[in-house]
Amino acid sequence: MERECYTISVYTENNIGLLNRISAIFLKRHINLDSMTASVSEIKDVFRFTIVVKITEEQVKKLVGQIEKQIEVIKAFYHKDDETIYQETALFKVASKLLFEERQIQNVIKESNSNIVTVTPEFFVLEKTGRRKEVEELYDKLEPYGLMQFVRSGRIAVTKEKMHISKIIESFGVETV
Amino acid sequence: METQTQTIEKETKETTGHMTGAEAVIHCLLSEGVDLIYGYPGGAIMPVYDELYKFQDRLQHILTRHEQGATHAAQGYARTSGKVGVAIATSGPGATNFVTGIADAQIDSTPMVCITGQVGSHLLGSDAFQETDIIGISTPITKWNHQVTKAEDIPSVLAKAFYIARSGRPGPVLIDITKDAQFGELDFKYEKCKGVRSYKPVPETDPETLEQAASLINSAKKPMIVFGQGVILGEAEEELKNFIEKTNIPSAWTILGLSALPTAHPLNVGMVGMHGNYGPNKLTNECDLLLAIGMRFDDRVTGNLETYAKQAKVIHFEIDPAEVNKNVKADVAVMGDVKSTLAEILPMVTSNNHEAWLQEFKDFDTIEYDKVIKEELYPSKEGLSMGEVLRGINEETKGDAVIVSDVGQHQMIACRYAEFVKSKSNVTSGGLGTMGFALPAAIGAKMGAPEREVVAIIGDGGYQMTIQELGTIFQTRVPVKIVVLNNDFLGMVRQWQQLFFDKRYASTEMVNPDFVTIAKGYHIAAKRVTKREELQSAIQEMIASKEPYFLEVCVEKENNVFPMIPTGASVSDIRLS
Repeated sequence: MERECYTISVYTENNIGLLNRISAIFLKRHINLDSMTASVSEIKDVFRFTIVVKITEEQVKKLVGQIEKQIEVIKAFYHKDDETIYQETALFKVASKLLFEERQIQNVIKESNSNIVTVTPEFFVLEKTGRRKEVEELYDKLEPYGLMQFVRSGRIAVTKEKMHISKIIESFGVETV
Repeated sequence: METQTQTIEKETKETTGHMTGAEAVIHCLLSEGVDLIYGYPGGAIMPVYDELYKFQDRLQHILTRHEQGATHAAQGYARTSGKVGVAIATSGPGATNFVTGIADAQIDSTPMVCITGQVGSHLLGSDAFQETDIIGISTPITKWNHQVTKAEDIPSVLAKAFYIARSGRPGPVLIDITKDAQFGELDFKYEKCKGVRSYKPVPETDPETLEQAASLINSAKKPMIVFGQGVILGEAEEELKNFIEKTNIPSAWTILGLSALPTAHPLNVGMVGMHGNYGPNKLTNECDLLLAIGMRFDDRVTGNLETYAKQAKVIHFEIDPAEVNKNVKADVAVMGDVKSTLAEILPMVTSNNHEAWLQEFKDFDTIEYDKVIKEELYPSKEGLSMGEVLRGINEETKGDAVIVSDVGQHQMIACRYAEFVKSKSNVTSGGLGTMGFALPAAIGAKMGAPEREVVAIIGDGGYQMTIQELGTIFQTRVPVKIVVLNNDFLGMVRQWQQLFFDKRYASTEMVNPDFVTIAKGYHIAAKRVTKREELQSAIQEMIASKEPYFLEVCVEKENNVFPMIPTGASVSDIRLS
């Protein structure tokens, strides 16, 4: 079976050890995570992990089974790229003097659909949100001029189809613990 | 069950009020119906031990000689009593010594609550004396774990711990309690946990899958059952029996399913897996329908998955959704507790007569008896065999004993040849293969079923891994019977070295101490048998004893366990020699 990129969305209770518990499932199977992002979700007090892995569909099914088995995991889903809307964010810290010394850099910025977050006499910070490829393209263009710092976030994604999590939450009724 | 519930209600009504976290731990245990725990004291758990002292008339604490022993004893207790085993230890090394027992309980689905003390919460992360991150360490090997840093959280967390440990597919739970939470005060009120919203212990059964399964069962010409520990954990022995007797399907068992169906039952066709019986292994690859009931297709059961039961349709009766299609693809997955799914499917299946098919199992049995079993049970050679010791124990106990086995050749022989009439009679370390399991597990097994005879069958290697628990036996006088089958080798590894490593016996020969003297040092009656004519009377004496008893049987050094499926081979490539 072919390896593909899968986005796993995990809805969980807010629990201190859960990140460890979920990452241990990948560790045990020697599967490397492309990225992992934790945040609040659309539901009050419910958290959401967004995990990206390149594996086979058979593997991802088993992983989701193991993840859902964890006590504080409410529900886990997996999706292929064409089933989700997904983005990553990157920050580029660049020396301000380059704006004047290397005029070409201004064109790169203009064409890149990125935002200047802050400018100081020493540096400016460029924020680029998009698909991995777009971020990488900008990286390739800016890198020759010299980057003071670069960082990229993990993927965040929403699905095109409805996520049937709200119904599960409704069925909980009164919280027991 | 009812009396336990009543006790709990009484306890809940009785115990409220202002108290310390340490005292609350005791009241939580009492409220859960716990009257026996295993443990080892130390700095970070001392406040709880101080309360144990005060409550010793209601809550018995068994001091093991090592924390690992406490976990295995709690496992043995859980396996024979069907209740949750409880083990308690201090922080740091106390907690890390729990790790093997917890991992064993996790892979063998044993309900257990482990309580560990922890350094004060203000010291967490400071590398304080005996501080260790037991939550981090135990995460991958627990069903659930949680650290308590406030006294007021103790009742709800322990209630949740017991609920999670025993519900659905059972497993171990670890609760780590900081010392300040033990000293802290709270207004105690205990409410049993009735559910955790993100956790569904038993999945719903889709009625359609029952119909699909029934239709496959009713049309199958060569159906075969492999049942596992799910039957025992779900207390579905009667339902299994009714189901197989109506359908007349030959039924084999995994090592942990052993004793769910009496050995002598005419439809019991033996063990599957690496050292299982010839017929069920061979015929796994000839059946047209494989019914997996409360088992998880461990690799020691399936051999090479590429050639495992490929010709058969597979029905998987399973409580844990993550087990379905994990190793073997199921054509129909019947989710739920086997106690209810087997009862529900019973009226949907037709009575059947699989006489010719059953005869195939019998024919393989005859071959196996002639080539393997006969020599193992009635050896023609001078040296004693492990099998004849088991035969002798069967004769004395009439299959009524609990057999606790360790890991290795003797374990395979015990599981192959021990005869059982009752469920919850086979206690062994299946999934993890923990040498050193049997001696402490036997202590717990006996305390979990005090009316039953408990015989531990141990090899000379595994025995020395937890031999210090003889101290626990001496102190408690728990009347377990210990049989060490001594071949002066780590026998199973030696067997593999002989078969697959050209007899290069790397570090498998044991120079052993005088086991009888050691037992006597603990004031345990002890005997050594080296000759066949002494064997039966020694077993008789051991079984007749009302006290703990140690019997060493010096067996043939280089016997091998057969049949055997070599690693990576197909189940149908099982070898008889």
